[in-house]
Amino acid sequence: MIDHLNWTATSVFVAFFVLVTVVGFLASRWRSADLTQLNEWGLGGRRFGAWITWFLIGGDLYTAYTVIAVPAIVYAVGAFGYFAIPYTIIIYPLLFAVFPRLWSIAHARGYITAADIAVGRYGNKWLGLAVAFTGILATMPYIALQLVGIEKVINALGFRGEGMLSHLPLTAAFLILALYTYKSGLRAPALIAFAKDIMIYVFVIAAVVIIPAKLGGFEPIFNAAGSFFEKKGGMTGLSLAEPQIVPYITLALGSAMALFIYPHSLTAILSASSSDAIKRNAVALPAYSVVLGVIGLLGLMAHAAGIQVTNPQDAVPQLLLVMFPNWFVGFCFAAIAIGALVPAAVMSIGAANTFSRNIWKPFVRSEMSGSEEATLAKLVSMLVKLGALIVILIVPTQYAIDFQLLGGVWMIQCFPAILFGLFTRRFNSWALLAGWAVGMIAGTALAWGPSSWVPTHAVLGWFSAYNGLIALALNVATASVLSAFFVSDAADEQTSADYKFSITPAK
Amino acid sequence: MKYFLLLAPCVLALATPLYNSIEPQLFGIPFFFWFQLALIPVSALFILAAYLIERHD
Repeated sequence: MIDHLNWTATSVFVAFFVLVTVVGFLASRWRSADLTQLNEWGLGGRRFGAWITWFLIGGDLYTAYTVIAVPAIVYAVGAFGYFAIPYTIIIYPLLFAVFPRLWSIAHARGYITAADIAVGRYGNKWLGLAVAFTGILATMPYIALQLVGIEKVINALGFRGEGMLSHLPLTAAFLILALYTYKSGLRAPALIAFAKDIMIYVFVIAAVVIIPAKLGGFEPIFNAAGSFFEKKGGMTGLSLAEPQIVPYITLALGSAMALFIYPHSLTAILSASSSDAIKRNAVALPAYSVVLGVIGLLGLMAHAAGIQVTNPQDAVPQLLLVMFPNWFVGFCFAAIAIGALVPAAVMSIGAANTFSRNIWKPFVRSEMSGSEEATLAKLVSMLVKLGALIVILIVPTQYAIDFQLLGGVWMIQCFPAILFGLFTRRFNSWALLAGWAVGMIAGTALAWGPSSWVPTHAVLGWFSAYNGLIALALNVATASVLSAFFVSDAADEQTSADYKFSITPAK
Repeated sequence: MKYFLLLAPCVLALATPLYNSIEPQLFGIPFFFWFQLALIPVSALFILAAYLIERHD
């Protein structure tokens, strides 16, 4: 089990993991407040300034799975895997244009989830249920994939096990995570994000300096990758083949539209102390995209370093093992594993907030006090993580990946219900609900390939595009047409002053 | 003006045919890769400009 263990790397890895665990438990005392209230446990009391928000959103969006998956696709097919870059470029203008408005209304009205916003606008709890259900459904596989990130680096450390025993380190890591999230709420990932992000930056700067220097510069790297793709053939290469262009664009656009309505992104955004903090973050967060761009190139560097793996997701861990001294490998692997803990914690908190606020409270028990709401959310955050762990232990990883892909397609169907209401009262909530249903069914049907789930689909036999966007087009069309026939039921409870509210309230 | 500044980086990022080529290379990096990497800081500058304009108003 531990005969092949890389002891130096493992010691460094474990040391950092222990450090982060201590931080996670101590976080409950940070800016201490009444953690029995959902607003405090689940949103950190909405008191995170621009700096903390930068670390938290960055740590939340650029997950361990991203660090493993983006270079894995680039390793396998080349240029197409780089769609993550235009995707992360366009999210920030979107963040700047739309989300300060959303923050303001949420702050003025005490909303903590996306579904709260839809319910607040239209007074339709069924629309809220649709948004909440989609958010939780899409988040589950996302959490599961964070575990894949941890497991990849644990395996690369040389840990071998038979059967259930092989998952022992992962299970331990996740139980620890579940316990401190339960205790400290959003404060834990916010504090851990500092350590995680600094470690990731150190890892990436070292990687972009040391690895090309060892491989003789960028030219040999791209030459080696180029000849690999030439030999492999098919839709691979250092630039896109003609039929890949529209899928590339639509995947980037669709993923960007889905990103900020995921419960975990909204949780991080709503925990900011002002709408100005969000705007500043839209300016400063692209720094993380540079990191992601460099990490993507690691997939090509692996070819130049002669890394040959059957599962592309092992490319980066193997590359680091070849290129770095053992102690630094331990450091980088710890950065990746801790990088999984921050988003996993925020995702489970986002899903838990949504469950207690928008499913349990309106449909099961309307007379919940603030502390009952928080207690329920804590329990649900625990259950969500256990569910994700069980999925990874029992179900083949490929299912989780497919499910996550579908999750993006589903999530984007909530875009009209959540965001249209911020700008117009024209839509009817039942029409939006019908649009959502059409989008969900169409998106799922389109993804149903003959042998596996597929991300893109041909449109009228002309070009292929991302399923999520095709389904969204049907969704918006349905909602618009039906809204023309029904009177708008958008309440005017959200006054225009609420949208401009951006001052940090006195404590 | 503010919305134009926010739209510009999105349009550039999604104008894939514009940058879908190997040449011109930079330090041995194909255009496809370095253009998109370079666009990230450029997009941040666009958003910064939008932020400053909004503050000025």
